[in-house]
Amino acid sequence: MTVGVFLIFVALVLVVSSQTSRRAGSVGGYFVANNSIHWGVNGVAFAGGYLSVASFLGICGLIAFFGYDGFLYSIGFLAGWIVALFVIAEPMKRRGTFTFSDALNRSFQRPGIQLAAGLSVLVVSLFYLVPQMVGAGVLVEPLLGIPHYWGVIIVGSVVILIVAGGGMTSTTYVQFFNGGLLLLFAGILTVAVLVRGVNTSNAGMEEGLAGLEAYRYANVAAEFGSELIGVDLPGARIIERHATLNRHTGAETLVLYRISHLIPATAAGGGTYTANIKGRSVEFEGASGQGVGWEIEQMDGETYVRIEDWWRLEAMADGAQRLLETQFRSVLPEGGVLVNGALESSSNRLRQMGGVSQLPERYGASTGAIGPLRLLSVFADDNTVVQQPMSVAFTAESGERVTVYYEAQTPGSVFMRPGLMFPLEAEPGEPAVTTLLNRLNFISLMLALFAGTSALPHILIRYYTVPSADAARKSTIVAIAGIGLFYIFTMYLGVGALANGALNMETSNMSAPLLARSFGEVLFAMISGIAFTTVLATVSGLIMAASGAVAHDLMANLVRHEVSDNAKVLAGRIVAVVVGVVGIVLGIAFRDMNVSFLVGWAFAVAASANLPALLFTLFWKKTTAEGIIASILVGIFSSVTLIMLSPDMWVRYGLDPATAPMPINQPGIISIPLSFVVLYVVSLLTVSKSEVPAPVTAG
Amino acid sequence: MAQNVPTTDDALERRKSAIGIQMTILYSIVYAGFVALSVFQPTWMGARAVLGLNVAVAYGLGLIVIAVLFALVYNYLCRVPPAGAASRTSSASGPKAGQQES
Repeated sequence: MTVGVFLIFVALVLVVSSQTSRRAGSVGGYFVANNSIHWGVNGVAFAGGYLSVASFLGICGLIAFFGYDGFLYSIGFLAGWIVALFVIAEPMKRRGTFTFSDALNRSFQRPGIQLAAGLSVLVVSLFYLVPQMVGAGVLVEPLLGIPHYWGVIIVGSVVILIVAGGGMTSTTYVQFFNGGLLLLFAGILTVAVLVRGVNTSNAGMEEGLAGLEAYRYANVAAEFGSELIGVDLPGARIIERHATLNRHTGAETLVLYRISHLIPATAAGGGTYTANIKGRSVEFEGASGQGVGWEIEQMDGETYVRIEDWWRLEAMADGAQRLLETQFRSVLPEGGVLVNGALESSSNRLRQMGGVSQLPERYGASTGAIGPLRLLSVFADDNTVVQQPMSVAFTAESGERVTVYYEAQTPGSVFMRPGLMFPLEAEPGEPAVTTLLNRLNFISLMLALFAGTSALPHILIRYYTVPSADAARKSTIVAIAGIGLFYIFTMYLGVGALANGALNMETSNMSAPLLARSFGEVLFAMISGIAFTTVLATVSGLIMAASGAVAHDLMANLVRHEVSDNAKVLAGRIVAVVVGVVGIVLGIAFRDMNVSFLVGWAFAVAASANLPALLFTLFWKKTTAEGIIASILVGIFSSVTLIMLSPDMWVRYGLDPATAPMPINQPGIISIPLSFVVLYVVSLLTVSKSEVPAPVTAG
Repeated sequence: MAQNVPTTDDALERRKSAIGIQMTILYSIVYAGFVALSVFQPTWMGARAVLGLNVAVAYGLGLIVIAVLFALVYNYLCRVPPAGAASRTSSASGPKAGQQES
């Protein structure tokens, strides 16, 4: 059914697109929809284009895994719209015709400005494009059972069809269609979460499989001498101990034991057996376990299979030490993958995690249907304990690459305040400089989100699709209302996914669709389909912006002779195809990064490259063309360079993140002020030489 | 280019721009307060505030709700022309793109 709904959604998008593509023949029609879009439609299209897969899947996933820190993205993403509305929207519309470089260039008429602005649109669009493409791949992999790269290729192809075929009009209506659907279904899912309420039994049907029962992870007694000597498991042998150390104090923060023990198996005839592995019935051949620790043993007349798995040591409230069952996935040095001690297969996969293990006393085991504010207050309660999914990866003594997944018992009051993803408080033994850098990283991100929105190219081009400055303002207000409402929904979808145990340990991006699945396959199919159209809508806008930048800004200046309108439209269409293909390639290369995180970078580049230029041309009379060009180029170069030198990229290159030359991941706090300073200084230096009359102020 | 825009529109535009900047600054202060609190006193963010919500959630939701309210207030202020100015807004002055098909 999911496949069917998927196809229906894609078909609907293509119908919307082809129905509106007739008007794309002329320059005005192709690039700015003839200024004919109604402000209400434009407002919803703003929402549909802006609310990307990062907002939908990324933020829900971050809230589900890290609590309140994910919501910080929602807040920053929305706050940026204030700048867009109050400062950018109307002047942008009044001063420009096709692209934002028109507005920058209005008083100067210098090709250099158009070139720099066009370049910045291209760079930011590509940065923003990558996470959208990654999100598309992440979606189709589990949904349609096809590889990640197919999702990227499908999205890329459909978007190329939309943009190259229908230009801005089709893009607008596709975004409008998607914005409406997103709000509607995020609302439906939020209501579903509230009606179900929160319970501690985790009885939601995992993955929509009726046969898969809720699983209680075991918690067994451990006997200690100077070391662990006994475990209350049948036939237990302690194989290995692994401890994670605090980087600063050297104290052990997490202790894991690899334990070989017996679990009951049932002979199924013909040398095959079945065993219950974490609630899943796994079938295997008696001989298949040779070499991976799987052996059939008889004890007291019963059949057992010997299995090796990882247990986590935890001190209980009464001081006793106990071992808690975990999930794990390990890649054997000679090839082959084990999940929870058995070979990975379609019937033996990691289970979803998450849940609420304790509610405030007055609720008992379940809150029942609950109001929206009450739900958030229950989550933030000191007496609520959520099962926050965690993972740790290391290489075991036998050379296996092991990732252990476990649930930390996190108090609700900690989960619902900042700090779990962005370490803001000083940890014991942490050098003061680390604390400072962590805080700077956080401020840097929040600054980029606030300053970046109004400088995003696919947002800026929307101002030119409406007939007047008034309409530009009104549509921005519609956008703020719609987007604000959506971000409030993300909070419920995120905590809902956690509360309903809908967390896929290998990708946080699947939290919202899996939450929907706990309410049934229909909702799951709808949400997944909408997530897919969300990618289409955002990517269309980005490619449209890139297409306009190249055809209107770059080409018009690089080609000496006058470019005909037909040639401009043709160039726009060709650029759409090329950028689409580049996006596909990058989307495949960056597949396993959280999409919100990548989007944070795109905002930083946009804010550094475009915002200073926009603000100065509007509000500072002494701004010179040289200043604008220098600021845009320095903004792009500094933010991209800082990202390339950041610890996260160091991990991507396979290097130790601690050795990265740039100590923080988020470049905004350096590159945004730098770009402002460059604009100011260069303008002052060039103001006397500039023969151009003083620019018209925004007044 | 500026010459063919009526001066009354210029006045209205200046006024809107001034209101816009003031409201942006006001909102930035509220937003900066939120970031500062998160960075320097994260534990305060867990304290109870209003309606059973903690400070973090109340402040965060508040930033979203305030943004919408600000937007509506701004729109209202933009609709009312200042005394002495013509009631026309600048809607006619937006440059039109390309060929119109209508």
